Amino acid sequence: MSASPAPLVHVRDLEVRFVSRDATVHAVNGVDFDLAQGESLCILGESGSGKSVTLRALMRLNPPRRTVLKGTLRVAGRDVIGASEAAMADLRGSSVAMIFQEPMTALDPVFTIGRQITETVIRHEGVGRAAAEARALELLELVQIPSAKRRLAAYPHELSGGLRQRAMIAIALSCRPKLLLADEPTTALDATVQIQILLLLRQLQQELGMGVIFVTHDLGVAGEIADRIAVMYAGRFIEEGPTEALMRGPLHPYAQGLLGATVHAGLRGQRLTTIPGAPPNLERLPQGCAFAPRCAFAAEECLAAVPSRRSPEPGRAARCVRVPDLALHAAA
Amino acid sequence: MFFYLLRRLLYAVPIALSVSLVCFLLVHIAPGDPVNAIVPADAPAAVVEQIRREYGLDKPLPVQFVLWLWHVLQGDLGRSLATGRSVSEDLYAAVGNTLMLALAAAGIGFLAGTAFGTLAAAFRGTWVDKLAVAFASAGVSVPHYWLGMVMVVVFSVMLNALPAMGAGPGGSASWAWDWQHIQFLVLPALTLSVIPMGIVTRAVRGTVVEILNQDFITTLRGKGLRRGGVVRHVVKNAAPSVLAIMGLQLGYLMGGSILVETVFSWPGTGFLLNSAIFQRDIPVLQGTILVLALFFVVLNLAVDLLQTALDPRIRRT
Amino acid sequence: MNSAVANNPTLLATPAAPARSKGYWAGVMKRLSRDPVTLVCGAILLLMLAAILLAPWIAPHDPYQTSMIRRLKPVWFQDGRYPLGTDELGRDMLTRLLYGGRLSWFLGITPVIIAFGIGGLLGIVAGFAGGWVNMLIMRTTDVFYAFPSVLLAVAISGALGPGISNAMLSLTLVFIPQIIRVSETTTTAVRNLDYVESARASGAGALTVVRVHVLPNVLGPIFVYATSLISVSMILASGLSFLGLGTRPPEAEWGLMLNTLRTAIYSQPLIAMLPGLCIFATSICFNLVSDGLRSAMDVRS
Repeated sequence: MSASPAPLVHVRDLEVRFVSRDATVHAVNGVDFDLAQGESLCILGESGSGKSVTLRALMRLNPPRRTVLKGTLRVAGRDVIGASEAAMADLRGSSVAMIFQEPMTALDPVFTIGRQITETVIRHEGVGRAAAEARALELLELVQIPSAKRRLAAYPHELSGGLRQRAMIAIALSCRPKLLLADEPTTALDATVQIQILLLLRQLQQELGMGVIFVTHDLGVAGEIADRIAVMYAGRFIEEGPTEALMRGPLHPYAQGLLGATVHAGLRGQRLTTIPGAPPNLERLPQGCAFAPRCAFAAEECLAAVPSRRSPEPGRAARCVRVPDLALHAAA
Repeated sequence: MFFYLLRRLLYAVPIALSVSLVCFLLVHIAPGDPVNAIVPADAPAAVVEQIRREYGLDKPLPVQFVLWLWHVLQGDLGRSLATGRSVSEDLYAAVGNTLMLALAAAGIGFLAGTAFGTLAAAFRGTWVDKLAVAFASAGVSVPHYWLGMVMVVVFSVMLNALPAMGAGPGGSASWAWDWQHIQFLVLPALTLSVIPMGIVTRAVRGTVVEILNQDFITTLRGKGLRRGGVVRHVVKNAAPSVLAIMGLQLGYLMGGSILVETVFSWPGTGFLLNSAIFQRDIPVLQGTILVLALFFVVLNLAVDLLQTALDPRIRRT
Repeated sequence: MNSAVANNPTLLATPAAPARSKGYWAGVMKRLSRDPVTLVCGAILLLMLAAILLAPWIAPHDPYQTSMIRRLKPVWFQDGRYPLGTDELGRDMLTRLLYGGRLSWFLGITPVIIAFGIGGLLGIVAGFAGGWVNMLIMRTTDVFYAFPSVLLAVAISGALGPGISNAMLSLTLVFIPQIIRVSETTTTAVRNLDYVESARASGAGALTVVRVHVLPNVLGPIFVYATSLISVSMILASGLSFLGLGTRPPEAEWGLMLNTLRTAIYSQPLIAMLPGLCIFATSICFNLVSDGLRSAMDVRS
């Protein structure tokens, strides 16, 4: 596309609500971030934190009738929130592609892998069947599926979980997207296969220069692949920063708890901690910091209003009143 | 796959045999001496004795079954008590008429049902959906023998537009594909079509809704497929189970047309059955039921094979 | 069930059984109370039931009192003395419909109840026992499944000869295999659930497992399925009478009335349609109530 310096993804004040007759669920409540070309971001959070919803919002893939989107959302230079359905369909699969958590159910069981790739190629690149098939074969080789030619004629149930996820990746890459979205791409796989898929994704990202946004609840995955990590809680980014720095010294008490509750090498010899309580009900969010009811450091101030985004050093930020803000200090 | 086919074919044999056994036993559950159920009351004693010997009626039941089956395999279904005619000959014409009626009803019912079911699924939760579902519920709950009478009242008595009974002008037995004859088919076929219409509507709606809720539909949208592209996937996923239900419905129509045929005096198997019941003509009853049930067995087999051919998940196991 | 759970630590650790808890049934009732179609149909059925049960007290005439001079009179004949007119033998239609409903309901519902008992038992046994018992029961039902249900009912009824008990017998035989299939599938599914397996593994006896874990979870689905059969059964039962295989004249039964009034469709079409309308109304109400029950009891929806 154009060589504009604009970021690949530009998100400001993103809100996503699911409206039904019984209730309104505030799934995402004000998310801001940018993603540069070729950069990889990992959104970390427990289930229900709004991470998948955020990811799907980037392609407007949440259930169309019930979803209300608000804010600014630009992907590859195009407005997502106001776009027509036809314009969105042109964007999906070509500039932006997504891979899903469970490759067994995310692939159509009665179409061959080959057909599922070629139909995307034909849809977006307007090439003939033969050319699309040649491209499909290339793609299966790119994602390192052995005996690729034979696998084109295979149905999803005939492949192992790892191969299915590779096929899913091949479909996503079929039109050379600038942005790849991955919704817990390794959660449904065996541990050994997880690592292979992660390595493949990292390699492909570097080779193809794609921007990648990952959603996971697995810290190990996040550390393995991402340049930057954003921690999500109750529909907000409560902390973001470079992978190394964030994993070594999280700022937000929730991020601290999350890292403390998981086994990883940095914690050798320490006790695992747990976070007391449960995430808030997204139908009735508290006025202040959503984590305050579970937070050991909660103060009066936390309950009054949602803490603003504070940045103690360039590239890092957290929404916690205890985090010093660089801008404020500089001004003082 | 070859072994699957073979297994499925072989499985049909014991079913067909068991079905024949049930039909064979019909004569024996009829009250009284079985020989009286299959020989006219005024037959001379010599004939009665001959039949008794031929069918081994003094021998144990298994022997009788084998003897009876032997006759059946040669196309001999006995003679009608009422008319003395060969049952298989009477059945030949009747099965053709019933098949015609069932196919016509199936055509109408399947088309309408598929259309309503697809509409309902596409607009689920809206008034279109509710209307289609209400229509389907009415279709499966209506006593179709009554609906037939309503049709006669409306189209024959009040509008005088269509004939109310028979299968041809002046009670002619020969069928021809002209309006003179086809008009006789309209009301019974319409009446008979409401049940498959209702069942297919529900089945198509259920299947399509289930498919639309699956994850891969999101993948397809995520690939940027337009509506038409998604529809192709939905159709191919829905086809095996919907076609299976349609196949069974065709079988039910063949076996279930008795009431509609009675209302419209349509000269098919149902009409034959009805008169056989009325006259306690057990050989005709037995023969008709055997032929219809075996037809259903074959149809079931065909449906299974078709489903296997269409669904890759079954095909290669 | 509570005491059994308390005595069984394995069960406390595993996810609780989905059915049977108070919260589940409260949820079912709540969903039903929000479903106007089911409520209206249920109310219509209760009204009908009350009317036919009270027939001897509320019917205006004698159901068998014929009269040659007032045959096939229109609706509201004699200023409402015959509110729904008279039939082909001059009997009061309203009275005949009330009395006919008793027989139609009885003929339609009894076979389903008997089949529910027998078929449910055999299906649960087949599903729970597995092995050759399952094989024997299920292969036998396959044979009956090889007949279209109308045909099977007509075949058995036709061979046995006309009569109420023969008609009910044939309908029961039609429904037993269908209920067996549903209960076998449900039982097998429940038997393989994790918490049932853990109960078995922790040494609970087969009878206890069936009583505490299997029955509460399978009876609901089987019951819902059986209610959906009532609609079919009403149509089939009246259909058999319509063919002359069920009730005999001069008994009042909707299917039989429909048959004997067939000749009247040219002179009094409205009156001739009435018995069928009753069958239709009953059948569709049972059908919709069954649908409502199914979706109210389906936790996923």
